Amino acid sequence: MAEIKVCSPAELADGAVRIVTVKNLEIAVIKHDGKYFAYHNHCPHQGGPACEGVRMPQVIDELDENGRLIGHAYDKDDIHIVCPWHGYEFHLNDGVNVSDKRIRLKKFDVIERSDGVFLSV
Amino acid sequence: MNIMNKMDGSDVKMRDVSHQHYETTQALEHAAQQAIERRYENFLIVDIDSHHYENEAWPEIVEYITDPVLRHDAGHQGPAKPGMGVGYGSYQELNGRIIRYRGRKIEKTPPVPHRDITLMRRWMDAMGTDIACLFPTPMLNLSLSPDVAIQTGLAWAYNSWLCERILADEPRIKSMLYLPFLDPEACIKTVEHFAEKKGVIGFMVTSTHQRSVFQNGYIRLYKMLEERGLPLAFHSATGGEPGLRLFNKFFGVHALGFCWNNMLYLTNWLINGMPERFPKLKTIWIESGLAWIPFLMQRLDNEYMMRSSEVPLLKRKPSEYIREMYFSSQPMEMVDNRKSLELTFELINAKTQLLYASDFPHWDMDLPSTIYDLPFIDEAAKRNILGGNAQRIFNLEPIFSPRKLARREAAKAKG
Ligand code: FES
Repeated sequence: MAEIKVCSPAELADGAVRIVTVKNLEIAVIKHDGKYFAYHNHCPHQGGPACEGVRMPQVIDELDENGRLIGHAYDKDDIHIVCPWHGYEFHLNDGVNVSDKRIRLKKFDVIERSDGVFLSV
Repeated sequence: MNIMNKMDGSDVKMRDVSHQHYETTQALEHAAQQAIERRYENFLIVDIDSHHYENEAWPEIVEYITDPVLRHDAGHQGPAKPGMGVGYGSYQELNGRIIRYRGRKIEKTPPVPHRDITLMRRWMDAMGTDIACLFPTPMLNLSLSPDVAIQTGLAWAYNSWLCERILADEPRIKSMLYLPFLDPEACIKTVEHFAEKKGVIGFMVTSTHQRSVFQNGYIRLYKMLEERGLPLAFHSATGGEPGLRLFNKFFGVHALGFCWNNMLYLTNWLINGMPERFPKLKTIWIESGLAWIPFLMQRLDNEYMMRSSEVPLLKRKPSEYIREMYFSSQPMEMVDNRKSLELTFELINAKTQLLYASDFPHWDMDLPSTIYDLPFIDEAAKRNILGGNAQRIFNLEPIFSPRKLARREAAKAKG
């Protein structure tokens, strides 16, 4: 295991994505709501840059007690990484694909210290 | 920003993602890596279905409208307002999730060559595509206009503009030109006028026309294409199909609509004996994926055994004719279906009949790796599907991407 310094503690704005490339490995470090997440920037679908698109919350269809559709909502506690090439979605928390649990983005550890934010590879 | 560090002697590069600017080359960097890893420089890749947004060049196209009243109206209205051609919105960009749609609007290009040529070259070079057949986007629904004169007038202007401003200036871009299918005579005029133009490799019917392909008015058109050795493509689209109006989500419209339209047109083509009447006319069925074809083969063969009296022009089972037609690959169904995909390839004789298509820049585009990485076909079949088949049926002179030629040279220099 080695550490790569990604940034100093306050350097990245919330919502920022920094792509760290070592040899052929691209890792995306995402800062979301003050927390850091790091994933292999490679979509298992057709190899797109999975983390370079938008992030969207889980969409919910709201039903009443009789099963009638009464509206839509977002679940802001379940943010998705949306691959920009075709829209495959992955849970920000663990990188698991929203539609098929067998597919996932490889996760990397992010270490926050007073001297900076580091990626463990 | 770009920061550089070292790790184990290797450079560590850093890049911040920004949606404030957009560059196709950067957005497709991973496609470019695939092209290098798979050594696409060693063979020709032809994409038989790609698109531009011709509405972005609307003021230029309007200048090619010959009818002065229509020219004025079209310039005033734009291409997408109801009555001028496009009836329905679509949700292709997944409500902002596919960022290349808004990216394209802010992407910078130099003043020359034409912006569409620059954008085409960027994605073609990234993917390793050498030659691409270009189709319009909003105009696929042009037939929804209730006014036939609008369709014929706009189609003529678009085709003239395309030949003069795009195809004439970039030999790697080709097109099968849009036929104003609401008016058979106008189709004939279109073939007569444009067939010899540079970059024209066939003609195309969009399936939004709600017209029956067997009508006698079209027979001369088919004959002309057969005599000229030019393929006739049917490009699926969804607008105008009443059943699809029952859907409230593009999910359903897209999943069924694109297949349904090609099923409808192909079945009508077949049961009216067109393959017997025009045995040398090559037909290509575009943008419906592949899963529908085995269904249709089985279904039509079953009918045929009981109802051959209704289709006396057919001398063989429908599936035998279908096996001689050509199909574009995209969007190829590839989720948990390896066995059925392999069987589909066998049934349609993919080795000689399947033509790779990306549909780029649309949301469900397929890269060449969707074909190249298939585990059940050999290298020769992959190369045929990715380019060899298209080169053969369109009689294409192979023109390679400069990026691929440079890689070849570099490999040669290395020994
Ligand atoms: S490559 Fe990521 S969704 Fe297709």
